[in-house]
Amino acid sequence: MDIIEVRDVTFGYPAMDGAMPCAPVLRGVSVKIAKGEFVAVLGHNGSGKSTLAKHLNAILTPTRGTVLIEGIDTADESRLLDIRRRVGMVFQNPDNQIVATVVEEDVAFALENLGVPAAEIRRRVDEALNDVGMSKYARHAPHHLSGGQKQRVAIAGIIAMRPDCIVLDEPTAMLDPRGRAEVMRTLKALNKDHGITVVLITHFMDEATQAGRVVVMDDGKILYDAPPSQVFSHVEELTAAGLDVPQTTRLCYELRKAGFDLREDIISQEDCARAVARLLG
Amino acid sequence: MAIIRTENLTHIYSKGTVFAETAVENVSIEIEKGEFVGVIGHTGSGKSTLIQHLNGLLAPTSGRVLIDGEDIWANKKDIRRFRFKVGLVFQYPEYQLFEETVYRDISFGPKNMNLSPAEIDSRVLEAAALVGLGGDILEKSPFELSGGQKRRAAIAGVVAMRPEVLILDEPTAGLDPRGRELILGEIRRIHEKTGTTILLVSHSMEDIARYAGRVLVMNKARVFCYDTVDAVFSRAEELEGMGLSVPQITRVCRELAGMGYDLDPNTYTVEAAKARLLTLLGKGEG
Repeated sequence: MDIIEVRDVTFGYPAMDGAMPCAPVLRGVSVKIAKGEFVAVLGHNGSGKSTLAKHLNAILTPTRGTVLIEGIDTADESRLLDIRRRVGMVFQNPDNQIVATVVEEDVAFALENLGVPAAEIRRRVDEALNDVGMSKYARHAPHHLSGGQKQRVAIAGIIAMRPDCIVLDEPTAMLDPRGRAEVMRTLKALNKDHGITVVLITHFMDEATQAGRVVVMDDGKILYDAPPSQVFSHVEELTAAGLDVPQTTRLCYELRKAGFDLREDIISQEDCARAVARLLG
Repeated sequence: MAIIRTENLTHIYSKGTVFAETAVENVSIEIEKGEFVGVIGHTGSGKSTLIQHLNGLLAPTSGRVLIDGEDIWANKKDIRRFRFKVGLVFQYPEYQLFEETVYRDISFGPKNMNLSPAEIDSRVLEAAALVGLGGDILEKSPFELSGGQKRRAAIAGVVAMRPEVLILDEPTAGLDPRGRELILGEIRRIHEKTGTTILLVSHSMEDIARYAGRVLVMNKARVFCYDTVDAVFSRAEELEGMGLSVPQITRVCRELAGMGYDLDPNTYTVEAAKARLLTLLGKGEG
């Protein structure tokens, strides 16, 4: 079953006083995401990917078209809470998302607002911290944590609400390589072990290759929507859209251009090494 | 003569309290004029603390910092002079834009240097051109610009002071691939056109391999090594052990070298890997 259905959505930010309406940021976007998928969304700055993400838990609603979350129309304001319980959102800057002075209190914040009984909060907070590998830090002060750890606390705060889906808008942009790896490991585990649907907006091609499916946005439209190996085979088109491809894909592309016979769908390091070894004989 | 020299530089935060933490320990380096230096090290390695000493934002707990042979703390009143010599672009510098127009924002630094209006104007235009901003953008509010443009405007504000050393702390963080390439290309242009010494802090070893001449690696508050790109990346496995990420292409070349093929396991750009493979496949130029 589809947890997210975006039907022909057009969206323009409201115009300033007296000015002409702004050009639409989304122009007829349709996409369906099934329960349990891990989808990466790529696109250069201004391509509309963050605007799309904000439609998935009704921070924004379409100018035209419909967004359904488990069948609930995001335009129905009376269902806002139902939508946000199903789809949680994590943003780029961990410092802007942490509100409490103790890690476990931060994770409990939303549950307290929802009026969840204390014993249930305790259980969910412990589970959520365990799921993101941060139990050890439950009583620590968030500002002493690394960026990757803070982002995992932010993710714990979301999964404590038991959403079916998490949408993350460039969660690793401000992290160092170690922090990025921690966040990716956490997301993959949540997806695999708990069946949580993950929608990951990112600028990092190596993160996109780890998704089951990649959606590429360009100029407010969907340019590609396919498994990573297929998407990244479009080396020239992606470059033209201001994006990159994994180094392995680029190497194979360059060798193919030089006249060597290599498959177009190589993205993993192992496949690339094996394919090149075969050429070398 | 070295433009930057540190002698046994040590910095301890919250010294004398239970929270005391040595962020930089006994660092002695010399950076020659006109170098393009890449600075790497994972979070907490001491690299940010180190670079904040180079224009006197932080004062050493012990040891000295010399710019052009002069101890920058010899006379405290002189510190401003060194801040004009060594320009520092922080992470996410676009958050520091504040003026009504891009032009006025870029001119803020030069104005503080008591230059003539004509000199300020020529520096603003030159700096803007170096980062690829021009025309009507200069009269816009900085808040109307795209993320990449804002960042370039912020860099221009430092460049307009014509520092002898330009230090940039992760100038491409959060940008898309095209934005990253543009900014790095502009930094290279500034380096080539003006001969400014550049220190570029980055988490991307690939970017450092492509743009820098030498690499400074910080680890656990100390200098792990300071050497040419080749010499530093020949220690890729040690770098990985410190939590730094080695380019994917390096791992592929290492795997192929492990299978017995004649590839340098320390290849770190696609161009180098391609050139070597084409030679091995009998299509190279060499």
